Amino acid sequence: MKVTEKDVAYVADLANLELSGEERAGMVRDLNSILGYIERLNELDTSKVEPMAEVSDRYGVDESKQGSERFAYASREDVPEGLRKSLPQEIALENAPDTDGMFFRVPKVIER
Amino acid sequence: MELTQLTIDSARSAVQERKTTALALTEAYYARIQKEDGQIGAFLTLCKERALEQAGRIDRMAAEGKPLSPLGGVPVGIKDVMSTRGVRTTAGSKILGKYVPPYDCTAVARMEAAGAVVLGKTNCDEFAMGSSNENSAFHPVRNPRELSRVPGGSSGGSAAAVAADMAVAALGSDTGGSIRQPASFCGVVGLMPTYGRVSRYGLIAFASSLDHIGPLAKTVKDAAIVLRTIAGRDPMDSTSADVPVPDYVAELEKPVRGLKLGVAKEYFGDGLDDEVRHAVELAIDKLKGLGCQVVPVSLPHTAYAIPTYYLIATAEASSNLARYDGVRYSYRAPGVKSLSEMYRCTRDEGFGAEVKRRIMLGTYALSAGYYDAYYLKAQKVRTLLTRDFEEAFRKVDAIVTPTSPTAAFRLGEKSNDPLAMYLADIYTVTADLAGIPGISIPCGETKEKLPIGLQILGKHFAEATILRVAHAYEQAA
Repeated sequence: MKVTEKDVAYVADLANLELSGEERAGMVRDLNSILGYIERLNELDTSKVEPMAEVSDRYGVDESKQGSERFAYASREDVPEGLRKSLPQEIALENAPDTDGMFFRVPKVIER
Repeated sequence: MELTQLTIDSARSAVQERKTTALALTEAYYARIQKEDGQIGAFLTLCKERALEQAGRIDRMAAEGKPLSPLGGVPVGIKDVMSTRGVRTTAGSKILGKYVPPYDCTAVARMEAAGAVVLGKTNCDEFAMGSSNENSAFHPVRNPRELSRVPGGSSGGSAAAVAADMAVAALGSDTGGSIRQPASFCGVVGLMPTYGRVSRYGLIAFASSLDHIGPLAKTVKDAAIVLRTIAGRDPMDSTSADVPVPDYVAELEKPVRGLKLGVAKEYFGDGLDDEVRHAVELAIDKLKGLGCQVVPVSLPHTAYAIPTYYLIATAEASSNLARYDGVRYSYRAPGVKSLSEMYRCTRDEGFGAEVKRRIMLGTYALSAGYYDAYYLKAQKVRTLLTRDFEEAFRKVDAIVTPTSPTAAFRLGEKSNDPLAMYLADIYTVTADLAGIPGISIPCGETKEKLPIGLQILGKHFAEATILRVAHAYEQAA
């Protein structure tokens, strides 16, 4: 067992998840099972291999250029309105569970 | 003319030539949904008003004798991870249960601009995380071929809607196989384009370095028509590639004689069902008969794809899903007293078990002390997996494999064993990691009449080649 209940509590905290006692026990079991399977990556020597974040840094770029120049097509002028107008405030607030009509409203952040 | 069995071209022509109307076509599909979807569960939300308005617009054009666009009057489904302005978009999650987007996903907008009639939003695994559609927070989807079986996932609703004649075609999304595997399970065509080929603007993000939008359709030609419609650079998505879009439909008719097809033993090993193996081998023979040359290739790191995928995808998901905090969208847990309690309770109540599992795995893989061992390691193995394909594609034009190791499994069969479920994607995740395109087309059935899928993988931006091979096989089969 690599992942303990203490690890699960710590990670749940990082991920802003509460998890019931039953869920925590299930999570210890599932994470150990999945991570056990993932262990097989250690069979590979990757000491001389570059990490790959995504595909578009290898393809669809101007290969004659260096660095961020290769993605020249993806850059644009920095204009105040962007590519489309910002959403009007009332529309941006429409899906919020709680607002005062101007701002998103949340429970008190600082407790005395 | 059976209205619900038309292809894109035949539906569009019927509307153009006034043999039917877009309104009649749309009503016929809604009637079919009304009759069939109670037992299948492919749709989560119908948008009849929007559909009828679009159909009316198309009919006016047809009545005036104006030429219709390629999807003029064609009823389609849209996976519920793509934003639709004014139409509820849930990603199959309770946390977005009442979310109504203020804008349209680019792919949806392009479909509508080409005349498509959006019938509604199709069911899926929550945040596209799953291989059976059992992770939908609303209800599972059943396989139209056999209701005790899953339709595959995560685009199970899109695949089932097309298979059950409840849509001519549909859009899905593929992060680890979520277009191709359900296409295979439901006996339809499913295409995942190259990474960057189709804009993801308005797609609810799961794993941004792996997410793709693509079509599910009844024929290869229909898939080509949809791809031609949605492909191409979109200034709203900086990851969409500035690569010209060929006429995929015209390219279908080019000959396949002389094309080199790779067959990798790594895709025919343990775990592959005998009936699936047999069907795929017969399909390869058929392609040989069409003049393709079959060449053995090696993809030696294939066995490492699932662990690599489940580290990268979950790490990205843990970050992408951090935004669901009860402030801006839809669901907030009731009765909370502090901000921190609000975040936790909202996410606890709003996310389902699999989503929480993946957020936990991803957060763990990114956490201090584990980053190098897990996330960075996975990124390095991703390089090795991609090199495997680069090497193979020096020798061949496309690679043919089974889409999934088995035909559709039963509901409940794997739902208590996450690892067993993950292995259902063993032949599909590799293409997502390498960013190459892949298509699944039907290639026969098991003794129990369950569809089997043939997967054809291509080089980056070589969708035209895999579509051409798929089309040639489909015409000959």
